[in-house]
Amino acid sequence: MTDTRHPGRRDMLRATAGLAVAGAATRLAAPAVHAQEPVVLRYLGTAVNQSAEIAAKAKQDLGITIEYIPVTTDDVIRRAVTQPNTFDLLDMEYFSTKRVAPSGNLQGIEARRIKLFDKITPVFTRGVTAGGKTLGDQGTAPKKVQFLAGRNSREFASSPTEWMSLIPTTYNADTLGIRPDLIGRPIESWSELLNPQFKGKASILNIPSIGIMDAAMVMEATGRYKYPDKGNMTRPEIDRTMAMLTEAKKAGQFRAFWSDFNESVNLMASGETVIQSMWSPAVTKVRSQGVACVYQPLREGYRAWASGFGMPRTLEGRKLDGAYEFINWFLSGWAGAFLNRQGYYSAVLETAQANMEPYEWAYWMEGKPAAQDIKAPDGSLLEKAGTVRDGGSYEERMGRVACWNAVMDENTYLIRKWNEFIAA
Amino acid sequence: MMDGGARVSGMTVKDARPVRRGRGTAYWQAAPFALLFLLFFIVPLLLTVAVSFWRFDDYVLSPDLNLDAYREVFEGCIDKLPSLCVTFATYVSTLRFALMAWAITLVLGFGIAYFLAFHVRSVPMQMALFLLCTVPFWTSNIIRMVAWVPLLGRNGLVNQGLQAVGLTRAPLDWLLYSEFSVVLAFVHLYTLFMMVPIFNSMARIDRSLIEAARDAGASGWQTLWNVVIPLCKPGIVIGSIFVLTIVMGDFVTVGIMGGQQIASIGKVIQVQMSYLQFPIAAANAVVLLGIVLLMIWALTRLVDIRREL
Repeated sequence: MTDTRHPGRRDMLRATAGLAVAGAATRLAAPAVHAQEPVVLRYLGTAVNQSAEIAAKAKQDLGITIEYIPVTTDDVIRRAVTQPNTFDLLDMEYFSTKRVAPSGNLQGIEARRIKLFDKITPVFTRGVTAGGKTLGDQGTAPKKVQFLAGRNSREFASSPTEWMSLIPTTYNADTLGIRPDLIGRPIESWSELLNPQFKGKASILNIPSIGIMDAAMVMEATGRYKYPDKGNMTRPEIDRTMAMLTEAKKAGQFRAFWSDFNESVNLMASGETVIQSMWSPAVTKVRSQGVACVYQPLREGYRAWASGFGMPRTLEGRKLDGAYEFINWFLSGWAGAFLNRQGYYSAVLETAQANMEPYEWAYWMEGKPAAQDIKAPDGSLLEKAGTVRDGGSYEERMGRVACWNAVMDENTYLIRKWNEFIAA
Repeated sequence: MMDGGARVSGMTVKDARPVRRGRGTAYWQAAPFALLFLLFFIVPLLLTVAVSFWRFDDYVLSPDLNLDAYREVFEGCIDKLPSLCVTFATYVSTLRFALMAWAITLVLGFGIAYFLAFHVRSVPMQMALFLLCTVPFWTSNIIRMVAWVPLLGRNGLVNQGLQAVGLTRAPLDWLLYSEFSVVLAFVHLYTLFMMVPIFNSMARIDRSLIEAARDAGASGWQTLWNVVIPLCKPGIVIGSIFVLTIVMGDFVTVGIMGGQQIASIGKVIQVQMSYLQFPIAAANAVVLLGIVLLMIWALTRLVDIRREL
């Protein structure tokens, strides 16, 4: 490029010939034309995880265009099972793999093509935190479904293989959200969700597979029953759990149920509910409206969830390479820092830390009081200096995970019972 | 319609067999729409019926001819009698909403149409008022959902107003996430569907009939009961079909306004679909379709719409 030599006539001829040949080749071989076009990845997932900022940054760093397809948690699964050709990258919860993998629509992701594979937190691979605390593994704990037996396998492997079902993106520990200003006393147990004191002011989410886990946490907290495995109930256990919920519903305990992030924000911010199942960013959103809302740590621990990137069976060629490139970029720090600043946790902590200010890291991950004002990714004020994150540090929160979102063997039965509950 | 078409072409085309040629033309004219109907309505419908008899586990749907899906739908419905099983309870609840919404939209729709047709004389004014009735459709369902909370919620405008005036001491909880709010939303949304066909019928009533009734000594109510309502029957039936069928299949309004605590048959189908229980959902859909068709059949028995139109 910097060559200043004047090209001779012969060089010109040679170059022209070269161009002509190149031109002919391009016309003959279609892939060569494609090679010039930027890769577009259709990204199927829930709206909560689909930030415009991440897509914009990926475009800037990689030249890859991310096209978001936002659907609900349940629809991600339905689409992955029934229409695997309509997306290139799947962002779904770990428990969903139990329903998608047997359909044969997932392809194993090669661990050796994931540059930071060794840095992925052991929460996913071994079920322990970096600090060595063992996580509860009731329900669909990620380590149970993290590896596939082979590239095209429909079965999960019990020990690590080189084929991964999902590459983890975010995870978190969920608990109840409360309005401390309207409750006015400490809340310490899941059992408070069904406390008659909050009659007509409580809510749970209307997603059967997650709602029943919250109900199970309540059941154990009240001491009425202890499940051998909350994440895989037997029919009598489902009956027992739904009977408890139905009884509460008939007594008017619930103000409403919610199935969408924004609905939960609405219920809480308007004061329709004072205690309910909630997701971390929803609490943040209520707080950013100037309404007091606490993501209350509870004695019995957290219900955790995790999501990750999966690849459909049909993904190949440049799109496949693009997907690997995007996933590697995702783990490389910028996106991780972005997620951590929303209250989620990222899969590779070191790279995220490198992309966060020390005071941000101290607030979000170490549970220390904010040294200065904490800003949301969009720059708006989240927390004033001096506040401490609900639940404390990463180790404190993840170390107290009691169970994971799950798909049970008796899924069909659960759905029928859940419909009965709604109709009751 | 077809006779008319045949006659017209019969007159314009000089042919020995005008009627036959005409009928062919009419079929051709109907063909595009018929094809559209076949592709996007009849075929999917038949598929739904077929799938309801299929066998399934989580991932594989295999063609079959069994009644498992229907058994699942009506699980316990016979043994549990006289208490209702989920399916029956859900249908009873959905039917109740349909009847309440129907009765209220009928009274309101008829009233508004009557006002527009007989009391508003100028056409521009009629049009303006008509447009006003479509206001509920200018925003999406989600916006409306967000809008109801500050209005009807515990700390909403209505509750604050009532307490400020001194009519109530504590907020009324039943204003939102209750049967009341569901019916309110249905009325808000669907009165237009009742009003338009009734207005259409009224606009075609020969005004001299009403004058004749008055001349013969009929009171206003007698005219309404004996002249206007009988002549509006087709409009009323068409409006009723609109309202009843929409409400029977609705799950969004019931979900949002009922706080997802009230069951509707549409919601049951949606949940089953999202958990990939397609045959059960299909069986439910077939049952729902059957019931709605029965309702329409009963309504059209009351009034022969085809003749009246």
